[in-house]
Amino acid sequence: MSSSRGQIIPADLTIVTGLKAGDQGAMADLYDRYSSVVYAVALRVLGDTGAAEDVLQEVFLQLWRNPGAFDAARGSLASWLAVVTRNRAIDSLRKRHPETDIEDVVLSIAPDLAGAAELARAAEKVRGVMGSMAPAQRSALELAYWEGMSHSEIAEKTGEPLGTIKTRIRAGLIALRKAFQT
Amino acid sequence: MSEHEQYAEDLALYALDALLGDDRAKLDQHLTACAACRLELERLRADTALLAMSAMGPRPPQRARQRLLDAVAREGRAPLAHDVSRRPWWGWLGWAATAAVIVFALSLWQENALLRATLASASGRQAESARQLEELRKIAAPIIEPEAQRVTLVATKTPPQPQGKAFYLRSRNSLVFLASNMPALPPQKAYELWLIPMSGSPVPAGVFKPDAHGSGSLVNPPLPAGLEAKAFAITIENESGSPTPTSPILMSGAGE
Repeated sequence: MSSSRGQIIPADLTIVTGLKAGDQGAMADLYDRYSSVVYAVALRVLGDTGAAEDVLQEVFLQLWRNPGAFDAARGSLASWLAVVTRNRAIDSLRKRHPETDIEDVVLSIAPDLAGAAELARAAEKVRGVMGSMAPAQRSALELAYWEGMSHSEIAEKTGEPLGTIKTRIRAGLIALRKAFQT
Repeated sequence: MSEHEQYAEDLALYALDALLGDDRAKLDQHLTACAACRLELERLRADTALLAMSAMGPRPPQRARQRLLDAVAREGRAPLAHDVSRRPWWGWLGWAATAAVIVFALSLWQENALLRATLASASGRQAESARQLEELRKIAAPIIEPEAQRVTLVATKTPPQPQGKAFYLRSRNSLVFLASNMPALPPQKAYELWLIPMSGSPVPAGVFKPDAHGSGSLVNPPLPAGLEAKAFAITIENESGSPTPTSPILMSGAGE
């Protein structure tokens, strides 16, 4: 039976079920499967290995304490962890208290990123899409995502109108989406 | 420009936490009332997760694994109040009426577990929860195991007809939809389920493509909280889904 927007990744379901049952072995499985995603995202934002490791610990412990925050029926754990990690790392970068509760991070229709091979393929594909973008568009997207800049900060930094920045960022995200729909 | 188009660019910024001030407050207000924009926000968040994948490469130092597991061992089990998920994972299980039974059974189990938490010791509570979970798994096994046979019985000499079953629990914002004998679709197209509210426009409730046997499912698609359903309907839309129906209704049904 096929399903979408409720697609279950069996490995994710097993991990989250284990976490809910208090199984510390599930935490080890979680780490082995997804620590590379979490660490890489945190390191890209923070640029510091020690700080990235701290964020990794924090994100995984948050899920241990509150495994119900991730719903296995609504997308991949890798995607969810990537978003939560990026948000936490940006908070850390900007030295602010966490602004987004992990329970409020809801994704849908994420592609299957269940294993190392899928993650590697996705990484390659995303780099390809980013590489094909106009430099100004790629720059706007990266400043917003990896440096946590607001659209007005980006407009100020680049000297571009606010509306142009908004358009570039949305078009960049949609280009990524389309690349994974084909 | 439609209202949704007006917010399209702000939604992308919102997904990146790059929208601030009045614009964010205005969009927050709109999101409370607009299911289509909430759905698009979830999609955009998934898009941002793709962007994150471009960072893949560096791996954490070896010590990080043990450090985490030591912290978990020190911390022990999470407080029970945090164990209760907002959307139960077994919500995706399901086949025909049994799916609804499982969802309800689980709800009862969760509430039962919460009550027990006030009475039982931490260790006793965990053991009891695990036992109950195992019982639920046993009940669900014929439904979730891939090798399980799934058979739809119809009157003799009756050709199989497309059929959809929706199980909707408004109080938990939980929806399970199961379809069978669905015709194959043209490329780039998918079936989209619509929740028809008591008033107002149809609300998108997920897209699916049937497998080679014509079966498909949707589990807990994003829906506005507490929405009362007058009926459900199916249309054919682009595979990425549509915020509003753009083709004739193929199947529909009201509450039994």
